[in-house]
Amino acid sequence: MTRTMPVPTRRRFALRLLAALAAALAPFVATPPAARAQPQREAGSSITLASTTSTEQSGLFGHILPLFTRQTGIAVRVVALGTGQALDVARRGDADAVLVHDAAAEQRFVAEGHGIDRRAVMYNDFVLIGPAADPAGIAGMPDAAAAMRRIAQARALFISRGDRSGTHTAELALWRAVGLDPAAAVREAGGGWYRAIGQGMGPALNAAAAQDAYVLSDRGTWLSFRNRRTLRVLVEGDPRLRNPYSVILVNPARHPHVRQAEARAFADWLVSPEGQRAIADYRIGGEQLFFPDAAAPASRSTARAE
Amino acid sequence: MEDFDAAFAIAIGMIGSADPALLEIVVLSLKVSAAAVLLAALVGLPLGALLAVARFPGRRAVVVALNALMGLPPVVAGLAIYLLLSRSGPLGELGLLFTPGAMVLAQAVLIAPILAALARQVLEGLWEEYAEQLRSFGAGPWRAVPSLLFDGRFALSTVLLAGFGRASAEVGAVMIVGGNIEGFTRVMTTAIALETSKGNLPLALALGVVLMAIVLTVNAAVQVLRDAAARRAA
Repeated sequence: MTRTMPVPTRRRFALRLLAALAAALAPFVATPPAARAQPQREAGSSITLASTTSTEQSGLFGHILPLFTRQTGIAVRVVALGTGQALDVARRGDADAVLVHDAAAEQRFVAEGHGIDRRAVMYNDFVLIGPAADPAGIAGMPDAAAAMRRIAQARALFISRGDRSGTHTAELALWRAVGLDPAAAVREAGGGWYRAIGQGMGPALNAAAAQDAYVLSDRGTWLSFRNRRTLRVLVEGDPRLRNPYSVILVNPARHPHVRQAEARAFADWLVSPEGQRAIADYRIGGEQLFFPDAAAPASRSTARAE
Repeated sequence: MEDFDAAFAIAIGMIGSADPALLEIVVLSLKVSAAAVLLAALVGLPLGALLAVARFPGRRAVVVALNALMGLPPVVAGLAIYLLLSRSGPLGELGLLFTPGAMVLAQAVLIAPILAALARQVLEGLWEEYAEQLRSFGAGPWRAVPSLLFDGRFALSTVLLAGFGRASAEVGAVMIVGGNIEGFTRVMTTAIALETSKGNLPLALALGVVLMAIVLTVNAAVQVLRDAAARRAA
């Protein structure tokens, strides 16, 4: 037993270990979970917003959320995912509100009783990006769907998000508009031109930049994207490229723990003149990224499915 | 090489200016990974010691399972914990999802098998040296576990460092259960993933350089402490 310790030393060692553990874990249990689960509205409260990578990575939230928090004391914690995933998170009750861009999926979400009070907030637009060499020759085409068909005919490399995001859904709608099904094309010989990467907008742009491929992007992410290499905007302005965003509250009847009052305060602020102005004010290099849409005369409000 | 030069320049600038946003991310990374190591050690080290001393039917199967769990893909662990902690999951009441607590849990689950498997390896050798002595004192395997853990503490600090390294380098699981929320659950690895997504490659690489500098510092600090402790014990 030369090196085996005496019992008191061992006890001290164990105590020290326990103290270290307590110290390390303390920050995470400081707020009792039961207290956090209670809906409460006071300074220092917070909501979880499931949103899209386009709103987060374009820097919009960094611009508008501090304004809202300063006014109300409500912190907004943004989990940025693809629209499909963001709606899944909300469906499980893990968010208090969503801000997403896929009208059909949003309507389904509300119709199934997961969300309430869907409201139009803003829009931006998609742009068709490609290498400067433009092997499919689509630069300047006014019709985005026709441009997509030309890419398919040229079998030019195309990067698809492939992740059920709002952008992915928009891309699939464009293919459908010209009667193409790239998923089927991939299974045929020579279908390798279509590459679904199953990742966010940034990674898709990175992939396109590395391979001189075409890709559909929302304008916000594109404008704030740094690693462009030879990529540039080739097609824009087609009305079909409009990209509207809505805010939806998670249904408290289904998930009683959601912070309904705070989430509603946030949604109300987004569509208020003040929130709308904050959205309009956000610019990158002088270019406006998002266009307020809340006051638009029932354009999409008719789609409300409560 | 321009990218690398730019990255190092940015990294040095960030460390030099002690950028508060970066500091916050660094502190959270350290806290989460340290807590995860301690939590995992609480389970993993005694388990490893027990496997080193005890002989029971099925022991080999447990050892093989532990070794295999070392390869548990972080994304799978993250997904499992996400489903457990989700409001619609069995532990939803805790409200832990998208909090640092969830990240601690995810990292602990990932590294506990590593700590247990490595501790078993280290302590088995020690046990072979001491088995006779401890038995002559009438200590059964249960009594031997604490003694073995204490005697092996210097070797085990390396095991803990391996766990810390894996925990702080992990991105898949903490991204899923933490949500990479700015100012709340954003750690070094998820920040790097985010900057990569934004195409801000030099900044992402610079954050990687900072992360490595931190891990290096932690390792060096533990080395110094261990040497000091070993000198005092001798």
